[in-house]
Amino acid sequence: MAEFLMPQLGADMSVGKLLGWRKKVGDRVQRGDIIADVETDKADIEVEVFATGTIEKILVQPGEKVPVGTALAIISEEGPSPGAGPVPPSPSPEHAAPTIPSPAPLIPTAPAPPAGGPRVHISPVARKLAADLGINPARLSGTGPGGRITLEDVQHAAQARTAEAAPEEKIDRAARMRQAIATAMARSKREIPHYYLSTEIDMSRSLDWLTGENLKRSVEDRLVYGVLLLKAVALALRKVPELNALWIEGKATPRPDVHLGVAISLRDGGLVAPALHHADRRSLDELMRDFRDVVQRARAGSLRSSELSDPTITVTSLGEQGVETVFGVIYPPQVALVGFGKIAERPWSSEGQIVSRPVITATLSADHRVSDGHRGGLFLVAVNQLLQKPEEL
Amino acid sequence: MTKEQIRETVFRVLGQIAPEANLNHLKPDRSIRDQMDLDSMDLLNFVVGLHKELQVEIPESDYPKLSTLNGCFDYLASRKNAA
Amino acid sequence: MTKLTYREAVRAALRKALRDDPRVFLMGEDVGGYGGAFAVSHGLLKEFGPERIRDTPLSESAFVGAGIGAALGGMRPIVEIMTVNFSLLAMDQIVNNAAALRHMSGGQFNVPMVVRVATGGGRQMAAQHSHSLEVWYAHIPGIKVLTPATVPDAYGMLLAALQESDPVFIFEHATLYPLEGELDEAAAEQMDISRAAVVRPGSDVTLITYGGTLGKTIQAADQLREMGIQAEVLDLRTLRPLDARTILTSVAKTHRAVIVDEAWRSGSFAAEISARIMEDAFDSLDAPVARVCSAEVPMPYAKHLEAAALPQTDEIVRAAQEMVPHHG
Repeated sequence: MAEFLMPQLGADMSVGKLLGWRKKVGDRVQRGDIIADVETDKADIEVEVFATGTIEKILVQPGEKVPVGTALAIISEEGPSPGAGPVPPSPSPEHAAPTIPSPAPLIPTAPAPPAGGPRVHISPVARKLAADLGINPARLSGTGPGGRITLEDVQHAAQARTAEAAPEEKIDRAARMRQAIATAMARSKREIPHYYLSTEIDMSRSLDWLTGENLKRSVEDRLVYGVLLLKAVALALRKVPELNALWIEGKATPRPDVHLGVAISLRDGGLVAPALHHADRRSLDELMRDFRDVVQRARAGSLRSSELSDPTITVTSLGEQGVETVFGVIYPPQVALVGFGKIAERPWSSEGQIVSRPVITATLSADHRVSDGHRGGLFLVAVNQLLQKPEEL
Repeated sequence: MTKEQIRETVFRVLGQIAPEANLNHLKPDRSIRDQMDLDSMDLLNFVVGLHKELQVEIPESDYPKLSTLNGCFDYLASRKNAA
Repeated sequence: MTKLTYREAVRAALRKALRDDPRVFLMGEDVGGYGGAFAVSHGLLKEFGPERIRDTPLSESAFVGAGIGAALGGMRPIVEIMTVNFSLLAMDQIVNNAAALRHMSGGQFNVPMVVRVATGGGRQMAAQHSHSLEVWYAHIPGIKVLTPATVPDAYGMLLAALQESDPVFIFEHATLYPLEGELDEAAAEQMDISRAAVVRPGSDVTLITYGGTLGKTIQAADQLREMGIQAEVLDLRTLRPLDARTILTSVAKTHRAVIVDEAWRSGSFAAEISARIMEDAFDSLDAPVARVCSAEVPMPYAKHLEAAALPQTDEIVRAAQEMVPHHG
């Protein structure tokens, strides 16, 4: 038995609205199937399931808005069923038993508050949900035994908070996305001690190789230089893997897979950063296909849950039209962000000559709790070296 | 293929790339990219769209000729009639 | 499908094993002429003769030791011990020989012996015949511990145990022998003994039990349903090796667990289950795990005192009610 939960599609998401089901009770689902659509502040997301089995029960109906972590459906997983069938009740009639008083609890239910504030009496699952939703348990009153705050108490508080926020529904998507970005970025700047590095990279080898490569290719198969940048970043992370990590519960958790979040600006304002999965293991052609697909879907508003929830690092490129340098703000819980400015023709010293070269400025914003400038520098050097050998990317 | 058909095709492909843009406001002699805030991926999708609709090969070196609406109409008309 | 009692199901499995495999024989106190203390082997002496249905002297240490020797010698002995209280006399043979020989011989010897043990109270048999000491056996690596609570399990688990290459203990709660149930022999012969069973699905609280208390737990779940509490009932079936996954999956769903165990609470198997839940499902819990166990006294003889000492349906209901919001 598995629960299909409202996913957290980004660190700033606390509630989601179920738009609709693509499956019904009794349908078979497979890990990776898209089974529901969810509206978040940022976009409408196609949500994938992580279990294989049969939908046993649907718990949340389209239109309902629920906190992250709420069970949306129950999925009965596959596995050999045990041989025992149900059992008829025991035939031995027992006398109605006199009540056995349960032993007095060994620990008083309301311990004296220690110095530094009273201890909150809350169940583990309730504590976890409250932390996930950013609800302060000290403000809740518990309905469990001895006044313990239960899961239901936290769920009620979350619903009440959603209800209070309901008038905001009228504000359009762009404003809500602005709000979501504001929350995430404010948290980032409040919590993450950023450090910044930058380096200039001669792009002539990469661009020459790309021109030659694209000459051989039909329009559909052509590459954009952005894909070379992405692949170089993904491969450089192997050398400095601590940048490919998530900051969870007070410590950095290195991620084994490189899922590059690519910042995509939406024309009506705001941005999303869906993941290109396993970017370090994809060929340039595969990465190009993934990249094109995700950009198109981001702008059409049909991203998938896994793409929004699991990037391990973000890459932002302000494109060919804009400025030379971008120092980005890290998207929590990630611990680094790589930025690229536009490619500009610049005077460049090469073998004692001043020549004109297409140059791009690569920057790194990184979390100083997790890495230091020396390692960050090694990372940018590695990106540079990789871009000097585009044929090996 | 008439100039009007080419014009319709260009607008249809642009519309697919940026459904929210008001194409009637585009000035025919100014950069499409600047007016619509397109990035390199959009441009690639634009060229791929034109290729699919009109069956013309567009080498990368010709991309600058597609920078304005009028440039697109002229370039595509010449490619189409040459083909 | 055949309708029969738990006792008849064990007997049917014994009969099938004795017929199918000449290495199988049954021995124990009064299993022959008397037909077994609980009449399980009634009629088998006549059918299979004294070579294969062997009455033994009143020495558990001797006949369990003989079973170990027979297993080492290539036989498939089934040893019956009249009650779990008496099995303590054989503890040395079980712990120091049966469970350890494969390990100590570097895999050269194994002990494919099946030991059937009657267990549990509720029959006014008092303090030397009524306890639930399965947990002591479940503590020991090297043996398997099965606790059939249903007619199909009574039949299928004995046959499955005979397929094992190491010692298997089957604890038969003595109040279950007259229990009637449906048996599909073919299905029961294929059963998987490694998994706990979700006997009743539910979403609000998980009631975990095994053996003799399954019936009371199901009754409790039925009463809870009438109060609007959907209780999920798990029958552990096998105590060692334990199917922890089924327990954790259920608790992850319901966030609450009540463990019902006829043994004494201190050091009980319920304590083990509770610890596992704490270790591996802590963040799923919405309430402390509760246990409903026997009172910590030697089992009383008087009927009303014995009933008071054993876990009862209303206590299970109350424990579940107290942890589900708005029903406490």
